[in-house]
Amino acid sequence: MEEKFTVGMIVNNQAGVLNRVAGLFGKRCYNIDSITVGETENQQYSRMTIVSRGDEYTREQVLKQLSKLYDVKKVCLLPEESAISREHLLIKMHIPAEMKAKATEMINSFGGKILDFWDDCVTVEITDSTQMIDEFIHLAARIGILEICRSGCIAMVQGKESPLTVTDL
Amino acid sequence: MRITGAQILIEELIRHGVDTIFGYPGGTIVDIYDQLLQHQDRIKHVLTAHEQGAVHAADGYARACGKAGVVLATSGPGATNLVTGIAAAYMDSSPLIAITGNVATSMLGKDSFQEVDIIGVTQQIVKHSFIVKRIEDLAGIVHEAFRIATSDRNGPVLIDFPQDIQQALYEYQPSEERDPQPEPEHPSESDYQAAVTAIRNSRCPYIYCGGGVVRALAGTEVLQLAEKLQAPIGLSMMGLSGVPSTYPLYLGMTGMHGLYAANLLQSEADLIIAVGARFSDRATGNVREFVKNRTIVHIDIDPAEINKNIHSRIALCGDIKEILRHLTSRLEEKYNPQWLARIRECRRQQQSWQAKPQAFDPQNIISLVRRYCDGDAIVATDVGQHQMWVMQYYPFSRPRTLITSGGLGAMGFGLGAAIGASLAHHRRRTVLFTGDGSFGMNLIELATAVCQKIPLLVVIMDNGMLGLVHQLQGRFYARRFSQSFLNRPTDFAGVARAYGAEGYTVSSLPEFDEALHQAFLRNTPVVIDCKISQDREALPMIPPGSSIKDIILK
Repeated sequence: MEEKFTVGMIVNNQAGVLNRVAGLFGKRCYNIDSITVGETENQQYSRMTIVSRGDEYTREQVLKQLSKLYDVKKVCLLPEESAISREHLLIKMHIPAEMKAKATEMINSFGGKILDFWDDCVTVEITDSTQMIDEFIHLAARIGILEICRSGCIAMVQGKESPLTVTDL
Repeated sequence: MRITGAQILIEELIRHGVDTIFGYPGGTIVDIYDQLLQHQDRIKHVLTAHEQGAVHAADGYARACGKAGVVLATSGPGATNLVTGIAAAYMDSSPLIAITGNVATSMLGKDSFQEVDIIGVTQQIVKHSFIVKRIEDLAGIVHEAFRIATSDRNGPVLIDFPQDIQQALYEYQPSEERDPQPEPEHPSESDYQAAVTAIRNSRCPYIYCGGGVVRALAGTEVLQLAEKLQAPIGLSMMGLSGVPSTYPLYLGMTGMHGLYAANLLQSEADLIIAVGARFSDRATGNVREFVKNRTIVHIDIDPAEINKNIHSRIALCGDIKEILRHLTSRLEEKYNPQWLARIRECRRQQQSWQAKPQAFDPQNIISLVRRYCDGDAIVATDVGQHQMWVMQYYPFSRPRTLITSGGLGAMGFGLGAAIGASLAHHRRRTVLFTGDGSFGMNLIELATAVCQKIPLLVVIMDNGMLGLVHQLQGRFYARRFSQSFLNRPTDFAGVARAYGAEGYTVSSLPEFDEALHQAFLRNTPVVIDCKISQDREALPMIPPGSSIKDIILK
């Protein structure tokens, strides 16, 4: 059965690594819903989070094939039930005067922060799970979306375990 | 001591045991060629006619001796001419180091003359690749390249080497072993237990070997297992030569053009022990039929191959030689007279389809060549019907004596690869079986074979057509033979002579015998163009995606 899954990785922080990872997904016909990369506390390594879709077979293959890449130092699945996952949204909305109160209430209820506003236009940031961000966008569409920019998902395992630490590399 | 990047490269190649390099010079790699001239007493450079010939030669060298093969090419067209060869090495897990020149780092990305992003072009057909952007990284990169190419599952590594780095001066320190190598995975005790139980419970076990057996030289271990279980051995094309064909329960090649008994018995087995094989579609046919009613025990070095093409409930991942030893030691002797009787029966049936003794048939051609060769002779092939006939009829007895492009199936692979393979063993006697189609693709490397004085016999199975394509069109496209007839007036024997080799054209078995006799008196390249019938197909054949039920025998 096709399901969403999230993969976390520690990779060498070098030119071309993102290309190799994305190329592997392309070559083997795996999906990428979102991909994020950022440096870790050790500049030698970056952390990547990929959200993909597929059945159990695909999930197993994605992990094994990624593990074979020279630049991939660690790779693990971040299961939804035991991982903290967040996404960042910047959204520019057109808010007609009569909708202002409703819109403000909605933004507040999602913990949104207004970063910028001009007459009938606001730019808001929200950090939440992908699901909540989807929901906010769905509601915002009824008011008026001018532009959106999503960061893609980042995720980490809950609790004391840290399978993707770079301190032991 | 401050030396240039080009010098550091040569020092590192020597440190890694490189004695032979195949290549072709050009503008951005001239610094390295300058150094090769000065080190010609330590590294032999083989100049080919084309970079594709060089990369196939380096691959052939690697396949024949197990060491990494090294190819050198200039930037741009030199680099892109390597692509097919790198892909062939990748598909068959051959340890290849491809070194390309590139424009100076300051000129990269500007569409400079002869600039190609070869790292990008080859990204999905290498095990890994490096571009050397800082001279201080060079020695370490070369070291890593050799380690990656020759460790775990072998494969090609590309080093892209911009010209300014070749010229830069640096205080050279020989590369050092970096972190200790991670040990390959070892199967757990419960994995072994599961395998042992499954094998114990089987009545009709079958051992199926792939290229990993050749690469790991695990033939002895496979035979010990087979002896203990009294199990027959079938092989994928890449597995051929891995175990000697003289073994009493040896069945030969399985798969699309595999032998009847090898395929039939595989389909009747209740347990398949797959060793160093990746279950290519050409080897399995219909996957559902392949696994139906039988247990698969998969032994391989690459964890990603487990459950990739075939779902095996039981897998032992790691060094196959070691795994086979452990596994065999845990098993008791097995003996099932009915299974052995069935094996004998299938082989008897198969033997009834021998070619008529004096016919100028591929089977007789191959047998006759074998009579002139000893078991050490290297046999290379190109791709097509002739390749299938060699796989079916040539009795391989030593590992790494077969050099063929399996996974990629690259026509034009053979001649370059044969040259490289022969040179890997100090000009060992080598036979290239090819077809008129394949030979036509890269026959320019005859120039290399002549200059290198390779004791090479080229046997062209010349039927004036692209046989495998023709066969597909005849069987599945209602005989619409689109572009599969060649029937060119090319005189291959004359071409051979023009290149400085010997050439013969023959159309009967006695004529062929006489030409072979002449050929084996020489230690230089000889081409024998065998004009064979267009009616001979590569059979048996299991149509793509089908199973043994649909086997075409006649």
